[in-house]
Amino acid sequence: MIILRGLKKVKAPDFDYVRVSTLAAALKQLTTGGDVRLLAGGQSLLASLNLRLSQPDKLVDISKIKGLSGITFAKGMIKIGALTRHCDIEASPLILEKLPLLSMAAPHIAHPAIRNRGTFGGSLALADPAAEWPACCIALEATIVVLSQRGERRIQAADFFQGLYATALEADEIITSVEIPVDTTGAVAGFSELARRHGDYALVGLAAQGTKANGRWSKLKLVFFGVSDRPIVATEAAEKLIEGRGMKAAQDCVNNALDFSGDDVCHADTRLHLARVLLGRVVKAMESRGQ
Amino acid sequence: MSVLHSVELEVNGIPVSGQVKARMHLIDFLRDMLQLTGSHVGCEHGVCGACTVRVDGVAARGCLTLAVQANGSKIETIEGMTESGSIADLQQVFLTRNALQCGFCTPGMLVTCAELLEQNSCPTRDEIRDAISGNYCRCTGYHAIVDAVETVALERQEKKRQKMSVAS
Repeated sequence: MIILRGLKKVKAPDFDYVRVSTLAAALKQLTTGGDVRLLAGGQSLLASLNLRLSQPDKLVDISKIKGLSGITFAKGMIKIGALTRHCDIEASPLILEKLPLLSMAAPHIAHPAIRNRGTFGGSLALADPAAEWPACCIALEATIVVLSQRGERRIQAADFFQGLYATALEADEIITSVEIPVDTTGAVAGFSELARRHGDYALVGLAAQGTKANGRWSKLKLVFFGVSDRPIVATEAAEKLIEGRGMKAAQDCVNNALDFSGDDVCHADTRLHLARVLLGRVVKAMESRGQ
Repeated sequence: MSVLHSVELEVNGIPVSGQVKARMHLIDFLRDMLQLTGSHVGCEHGVCGACTVRVDGVAARGCLTLAVQANGSKIETIEGMTESGSIADLQQVFLTRNALQCGFCTPGMLVTCAELLEQNSCPTRDEIRDAISGNYCRCTGYHAIVDAVETVALERQEKKRQKMSVAS
């Protein structure tokens, strides 16, 4: 009787489940046909199942595959395993030293209990337009390494995110790691987002990195998120700052040309206004930390 | 599709095994199959935090974890944390500080606050607010909860100081 009570409560649609312990087994599962989804931390996937926004045939639990998590540094590159959890990036001294942008962004990802389970690769594969990691990966010119039975593929972050929950990932591919070059020219990072409650999806967010030397910006990357169906690189605004034309000129470039979208919580024009405010704040903070 | 999966896990120190459907959430497994109804079910999509339990030592959402995913894991619920006495001081101050009214959010709130205090023995009020941002409370307005956590942090530091001065 107790069990019956449990089974009556139906939230997610019915699906099959298999736990795999090797990458090879996971890749094989992806070629078995039907709607097969990878389950890593599950912090977005299970929410979408509970809301019945998706109805996969099978979940392949990859969370126990060895060697897919961890943070290493070699040859000027930080390599982050796809199964590395948000909380591990947040607490990593290596990340704080080499890629402070990620350390700044991590506390903004949902809430502690979600960060304890959610994974870096999972966030990239989902490509939620309001997620922090995709924008950071574009700002840091990361390379996303994916694997299938056909072999390995390396995709630039700028080419990876293609639209609302849409990526360059093929149905038979798994993200295995992300490689991020470490800047050695004294670059400073900047990150901020505006949300109604800490940890909520950002109304507007900005991930930035650039080098300021002798009063001039170089290699400045400004990536807005939560504003459209994918992260938006504000190239013109960055150019204005690199040319030394001042913040007002840069803010003027955050306009309708950037393809921001509105929704039921925030009008597109409001987002543009907030993005200009955020740009001013983030760059000011970066300047105070730069040379 | 409707196959049952065998799970073996440890709940509050006790080995438990069962047969579950893949879609059964950990929180329903705990509440309905094991009758551990201390953890609550609120929004069921990870926003409200009422179902927060510990999975392998860290706070996790019971509604965003499948029971099959927890196969082989160690789970600790509010019942286990209460019995072990590890958060007795936090619970007592929640009571004296009126940090709960209806109590629906309290089990999840306590799991979250316990983890915060383990990781940060001296959190600022802003840090406490950030940490509990994923736990909805519709009664207290949060002030009393922040007060309670701050009080416990100070009490624990004071105890530590006294211990150290006795030891030296």
